[in-house]
Amino acid sequence: MRLLGQDLEFERLPGAQPVHRAACDDAGLLAFAAAAKESGGRLVALWGSDERDRGTGFALHVAFALAEGLALVTLALPAGHPEYPDLAPLFPAANRLQRAAFDLLGIVARGADRRPWLRHANWPADFHPLRRDCDASRQFPPQNEDYPFVRVEGEGVHEIAVGPIHAGVIEPGHFRFSVVGEKVLRLEERLGWTHKGVEKRFEQFRLADGHRLAGRICGDSTVAYAWAYCLAAESLSGCQVPQRALWLRALLLERERIANHLGDLGAIGNDAALSFGLSQFMRLKEDWLRLSAELFGHRLTMDAIVPGGVAVELADPGGQRIREQCDAIERETHRLKNIYDEHAGLQDRFLTTGRLDPALASEYSVSGIAGRASSQSWDLRTQNPIAPYDELDTQIASHRSGDVAARVLVRFDEVFESLRLIRRIVDRLPRGGLTAPLPAAREGSLGVGWIEGWRGDVLVALSAGAEGGIRRCHAHDPSWHVWPALEHAIMGNIVPDFPLINKSFNLAYSGVDS
Amino acid sequence: MYQILRQIVRTGIKTEAPPAPDQDLRVAAQRLERAMLETLGRALVIRQIDAGSCNGCELEINALSNPYYNLEALGIKFAASPKHADLLLVTGPVAKNMEVAVKRAYECTPAPKLVVAVGDCGANGGVFGESYASCGRVANVIPVDVAVPGCPPTPLALMTGILTAISSR
Repeated sequence: MRLLGQDLEFERLPGAQPVHRAACDDAGLLAFAAAAKESGGRLVALWGSDERDRGTGFALHVAFALAEGLALVTLALPAGHPEYPDLAPLFPAANRLQRAAFDLLGIVARGADRRPWLRHANWPADFHPLRRDCDASRQFPPQNEDYPFVRVEGEGVHEIAVGPIHAGVIEPGHFRFSVVGEKVLRLEERLGWTHKGVEKRFEQFRLADGHRLAGRICGDSTVAYAWAYCLAAESLSGCQVPQRALWLRALLLERERIANHLGDLGAIGNDAALSFGLSQFMRLKEDWLRLSAELFGHRLTMDAIVPGGVAVELADPGGQRIREQCDAIERETHRLKNIYDEHAGLQDRFLTTGRLDPALASEYSVSGIAGRASSQSWDLRTQNPIAPYDELDTQIASHRSGDVAARVLVRFDEVFESLRLIRRIVDRLPRGGLTAPLPAAREGSLGVGWIEGWRGDVLVALSAGAEGGIRRCHAHDPSWHVWPALEHAIMGNIVPDFPLINKSFNLAYSGVDS
Repeated sequence: MYQILRQIVRTGIKTEAPPAPDQDLRVAAQRLERAMLETLGRALVIRQIDAGSCNGCELEINALSNPYYNLEALGIKFAASPKHADLLLVTGPVAKNMEVAVKRAYECTPAPKLVVAVGDCGANGGVFGESYASCGRVANVIPVDVAVPGCPPTPLALMTGILTAISSR
């Protein structure tokens, strides 16, 4: 089939989701990317693979979200000269994705920003761990890196350097602020500190147990990542997951969404000096996690989703317990929302602070809660609903002001909507089995999983290896697109508002570094 | 204000009793004298360092401050600088990119430099193991007194580990 009127022949991949794949050349990639942008689509992910053992050099893969679903275009790159056209002029969020692809695989975006991203001088510049002939167990002595930050010059301008170790219980990253007085002129982020070599590590896992690693790429989104991984594995092997397992997966995903939103609502209040909010919401979150531990054996429900189904069951009176807890959390969250809404000091800090302009959010392909607070109405649960979402009629949250206040409102809306979904899931949970066996997969077959996690859409692209192994697994976190947008949202705000603005986005570090 | 006070009264006191120390979590023997332990037992300052974790351990460490565990009521609080800390609470595997930062933070920490390694990754490298990008367990990079396994460890396990580090045998 054709998409966007472009001269590329797409083929739909097997599986529950609309994923269309085509091969292209340089000109075809640029033309398709331009058409995707023109049609209001967004860049979802960009990654590379080493196909030299099959005699086809390297490959660049680019995924776009379109009205028709996910379009995945693959460009073959010659082994001796792996270059491709720079996509950052069309989609600026491609900048860091391209730099990461170079660090891991040594493929080059022609004429683009060549600063390293994941590599911090702790291994040589010509060491590319995802090349199949690379011995990734080698360790090199750590080096101090002199990273070329963009300098802002002028009278009274000075720099504030923060991190990598942050002044709280937070993941590591480095922020370089250029300020005048307390006003922020520019922020430049340097991430990659928690890079653990996950994509190389996947090659040592089996298709049937890779969900354990996927579920630890970003601990707060373990359900979303595990589901995306399993969906990819099930798509490429033709596994038919039992209905009951799909509904239980959605139950876990919505529970993960609420747990994180409750924690964020408390932490955002705390960063605006209302510690009462933190205590109250953290209490609700603790109640929530304790019921997860009681019913599913794990507070964060890690490893609950497995290839072929789920490793948990909901037996009586579990459903009744969940329903009662939903009622209690709903009642308490309404009460706290009223307090937040009417608290003048809090609203004064929230309103107009850290505004992400809708046009900029679109430019950076921002999705998820950050996008939905800036008029970007992307939500896979409504746009490409897989079972059981095709029967749940999820209402998308959407706000336009793009400030801290809007990101708070999106979270409140989504807590209430997810509570409704959970009740509906529990009421209509189909009977049946919990797992289906994962059929043997043909070596080299490709599967994609795309799940709306609490932060945004998580994508996993998985290629089967020989004898049940993994050839290549790429996982993409929605924060890749929001981090660069945050650099813009902070401009003109004051330094003391940065923690509040940053928390209102609450982006993943490990999720993008992995 | 009335609504806030009303909610506080309605909520009541949620704090639960802390767990007992567990000497099985020790990696190294207690180095501190009883007199110092008695002081630290009432006023311990922790610097948390994420050396490369997936953020799962951080979620549970943050839970220690919720009203149920209420760590601060035990005289234990988190500080923003290693220079103010008695104990480093380190999650990981230690990412290669964090190795220098972790060593520097350890050097900046005044004696007694207690270290609690957190989670399966901090204790033994976890699912990530050792590679070009991962130094594996925390003890591969700085000396460790107590290790708390778990993926992630529950808040109660974390509290047990912290209290073990300042317990006398």
